[in-house]
Amino acid sequence: MSDDESIGLRHLLSTEGLRREQAEALLDTAASMEQALTGRAVRKLPTLRGRTVVTLFYENSTRTRVSFEVAGKWMSADTINVSASGSSVGKGESLRDTAATLAAAGADAIVVRHPASGAPHRIAGWLDRVGHSHTDGHVAVVNAGDGTHEHPTQALLDAATLRRRLGADLTGRRVAVVGDVLHSRVARSNAHLLATLGAEVTLVAPPTLLPTGVEAWPVTVTHDLDAHLATGPDAVMMLRVQAERMHGGFFPSAREYAVRFGLSQRRADTLPDHTVVLHPGPAVRGMEIASSVADSDRAAIAEQVTAGVHVRMAVLYHLLAGEDSR
Amino acid sequence: MPTRRRGGPVPNGASNAEGERELLSSADIARTVARIAHEILEKTADSGAPVVLLGLPTRGIHLAHRLAGRIAAIDPDTTVAVGTLDPTLYRDDLRRQPTRPLAETDIPADGVDDVTVVLVDDVLMSGRTVRAALDALRDHGRPRAVQLAVLVDRGHRELPIRADYVGKNVPTNRAEDVVVSLVESDGVDGVAIR
Repeated sequence: MSDDESIGLRHLLSTEGLRREQAEALLDTAASMEQALTGRAVRKLPTLRGRTVVTLFYENSTRTRVSFEVAGKWMSADTINVSASGSSVGKGESLRDTAATLAAAGADAIVVRHPASGAPHRIAGWLDRVGHSHTDGHVAVVNAGDGTHEHPTQALLDAATLRRRLGADLTGRRVAVVGDVLHSRVARSNAHLLATLGAEVTLVAPPTLLPTGVEAWPVTVTHDLDAHLATGPDAVMMLRVQAERMHGGFFPSAREYAVRFGLSQRRADTLPDHTVVLHPGPAVRGMEIASSVADSDRAAIAEQVTAGVHVRMAVLYHLLAGEDSR
Repeated sequence: MPTRRRGGPVPNGASNAEGERELLSSADIARTVARIAHEILEKTADSGAPVVLLGLPTRGIHLAHRLAGRIAAIDPDTTVAVGTLDPTLYRDDLRRQPTRPLAETDIPADGVDDVTVVLVDDVLMSGRTVRAALDALRDHGRPRAVQLAVLVDRGHRELPIRADYVGKNVPTNRAEDVVVSLVESDGVDGVAIR
């Protein structure tokens, strides 16, 4: 335990740009959190006593918000939830003023979900410039999903789940990311993180559901799910079809989407035994994934939720526990 | 707390160029572990409660396994469970240093309720690591008793904590480092001071 092992994380805004040793340190810490809490009489650690974590959500969420809140509470942080409805946001307060208010009120970390891509980066930039006396100038910002840009803790929990199922070294592991890549911040965060961890990522999507600029991602792209599944990937990550972000005809019908890009039982049966099926949830059963596949042993959907708590504990630990966060 | 840097011990008591002085040789460590194993058996025999050795990362884990091996060799009828306990998340100095990496925690499946837990560490100094371990242990259950075994007690306590089993008491200067090397993590056995 020498003094130079801090991973130097001030905010967690994206997985793009996260170094491999930082990502692996977060995932190792998440695994340690799981160990530390397994089989215990008391599921509570004193680590973040006296620190305040505010979740600021401008979009709906169950699992992400609960997961951050549980992660904070299990480490004895005070967690406070602010949602856009029911707060001064409804009175027209700007994002900047809201963030400044939360910082001035004593937040040590702000966990942000916002429909606009880049919103957490802006908040981090503002807070870094302003500084706040009670926290010695630093409020950590965690991106909990911004528009169609990134959702880094989701990618980390997916990677943590894959490490549990496939082993800690993901080098050379082949991961298919299937479905609505265009609207998916989960896909973008996963593409960057998994590539950083040495995995080979293939995006499988209709051309209409791929973002422009995907050529620059560290991935290969295909439009044929059956052909790709025949190559025996180690993991298949099904994306949710984000109907709430679709304002136009991205595919002819739900039925056609399910036929071409849904993970049916028939398709799952062609996969090798060890292949893991992931879904970030909430799953639209019968659309992107068959109910029987979602409930099968190869699906890790419940494990992903559990891993989410451990990963978020790890993120809060690295952002808030050490001296360099003050 | 000074870091326990790794480093090869120097031969027999002499100082080498780096200013290292040997405190325990490989043979000394073997004898010390054997003696502590006997003492643990003797001191825990009457209670009738099972014994669980919990090593504190990193080198305490290796010592706990060695002690369990010795105890099994001395008295095959005594079963001693071995586990590890990382107290990092319970430390009171987290805010004073850069974020520490976490280590392994592995509590034996039967838990720690109503057993005699012996915490095992390589060096006892301030006592803060042990305090953190006691707090961590409390969240895992309620042992019948908790004892502490250390290879080296170097003094400079900052809390009212003492060891039940001590390999060697070594008066030290705060500025000095006590360097414990064990084959499992360092390729060689030895304790040196520098």
